[in-house]
Amino acid sequence: MNEVLLRSLTPSVLGVLVRRGADFAAAEDAVQEALADAVRVWPADPPRDPKGWLVTAAWRRFLDATRAEAARRRREDLVVEEPAPGPAPAVDDTLQLYFLCAHPLLTPSSAVALTLRAVGGLTTRQIAQAYLVPEATMAQRISRAKRTVSGVRFDRPGDVATVLRVLYLVFNEGYSGDVDLAAEAVRLTRQLAATIDHPEVAGLLALMLLHHARRSARTAPDGSLVPLAEQDRGRWDTVLIAEGVEILQAALARDRLGQFQAQAAIAALHADAPRAEETDWVQIVEWYDELARLTDSPVVRLNRAVAVGEADGPRAGLAALAALDESLPRRAAVAAYLHECDGDLATAARLYAEAARNAPNLAERAHLTRQAARLNTHRGL
Amino acid sequence: MAKYLLLKHYRGAPAAANDVPMDRWTPEEISAHMRYMQDFADRLEGSGEFVDGQALAPEGTFVRYDGEGRPPVTDGPFAETKDLIAGWMMIDVDSYERAVELAGELSAAPGAGGKPIHEWLELRPLLTAPPTITE
Repeated sequence: MNEVLLRSLTPSVLGVLVRRGADFAAAEDAVQEALADAVRVWPADPPRDPKGWLVTAAWRRFLDATRAEAARRRREDLVVEEPAPGPAPAVDDTLQLYFLCAHPLLTPSSAVALTLRAVGGLTTRQIAQAYLVPEATMAQRISRAKRTVSGVRFDRPGDVATVLRVLYLVFNEGYSGDVDLAAEAVRLTRQLAATIDHPEVAGLLALMLLHHARRSARTAPDGSLVPLAEQDRGRWDTVLIAEGVEILQAALARDRLGQFQAQAAIAALHADAPRAEETDWVQIVEWYDELARLTDSPVVRLNRAVAVGEADGPRAGLAALAALDESLPRRAAVAAYLHECDGDLATAARLYAEAARNAPNLAERAHLTRQAARLNTHRGL
Repeated sequence: MAKYLLLKHYRGAPAAANDVPMDRWTPEEISAHMRYMQDFADRLEGSGEFVDGQALAPEGTFVRYDGEGRPPVTDGPFAETKDLIAGWMMIDVDSYERAVELAGELSAAPGAGGKPIHEWLELRPLLTAPPTITE
């Protein structure tokens, strides 16, 4: 049985239950139970209509829970009758679920967890493992999130930008544990792109595909980071790149630029260079200028300084860097790289070591320490 | 079974025998060190003795309550802090002797020149739940 295929039915099944009048939290629990039923039953007895099977199973689970709840409260008339099955607007339901799970009332970590469960169909245990927290903690986070959005009208359109932020967060978390969050983010963004026609949704999907394409080249067999310039580009996934570029071009043609399209454009220019030396840095700087106009984030200006250093020489890059706050994360690493390009190896080694001390994760720390060590060894220290 | 915390210090432990800062090693020596650490954790996982391990950033903040309705006071990081923990690994082993043996193995991780660092690690037993049978 294909588990991903099964999970892809989650949002439309959940949507049907909510449209039938089930409250969101109870419906979501019922769908999770129906998914578990399917995992148990389908291998021996595959259904002809998987979605219909899931809707029936989830609705039964919902009724059971509602009746149990009613009995527990000693109320007798809370029996919900099954409505006549009718055509369900599956596409809209799916989209509404994305909006609900990324609702602005939710904190980012709650929105991520709820999206992975209610839209992605992952179990609480899988989500807990992926984020390295105890299952009980994740269960609480999800049930609080469900309570938070319980009063939100399901038929109100939401803000696509909030959904994109959540999916971006999931993708960036990458890979830890049994669940491949990056692949899951790609799947959820694909599903969203099939549901709504929006250039920034397409832009985010293209961005993810273009970065996902580099995945196997990004780490060495021992787990250490391989920087973009040193990656074996023969290992980039050309099918994903082609798809990403095509999606991006169609989005850009609509002339409604946004930050994800601009970021994807930069990734596409990297993908376009057969060797690192052939990278079109001048165009990349132009895209960073666009991006700075769209977001004005210090991270964008930091990355722009790298691109300026490649396009116009390390001195120009250092000049662009000079305007940025000293405390900006990764600034020392960028400065180290530009000083190295400029031939000042002593300063570069000192800055790499400083950047390593402040690195936000182990892989970067090891990489930066190695860079400092490489220069110090080279200088005969 | 008893749980122990193995603590690695940035500062505060006695100096290691092979005490060379990592950025003065060769890149290959760094890779060998990383591999040793990963193999060690994998081996403990394989033997059913690994609980968890994490590395900590060198700089932190001290925080304390400052009274009703007021934001907490923060201070630091302090450059003079004597005891600075770099990371920890929790193990669940049959005996104190086994915990010491494992800490010794971890301290033998290769450093500059490919030779063991002989780094001092701190071994701290966890306080556990009281036993059911007490007499």
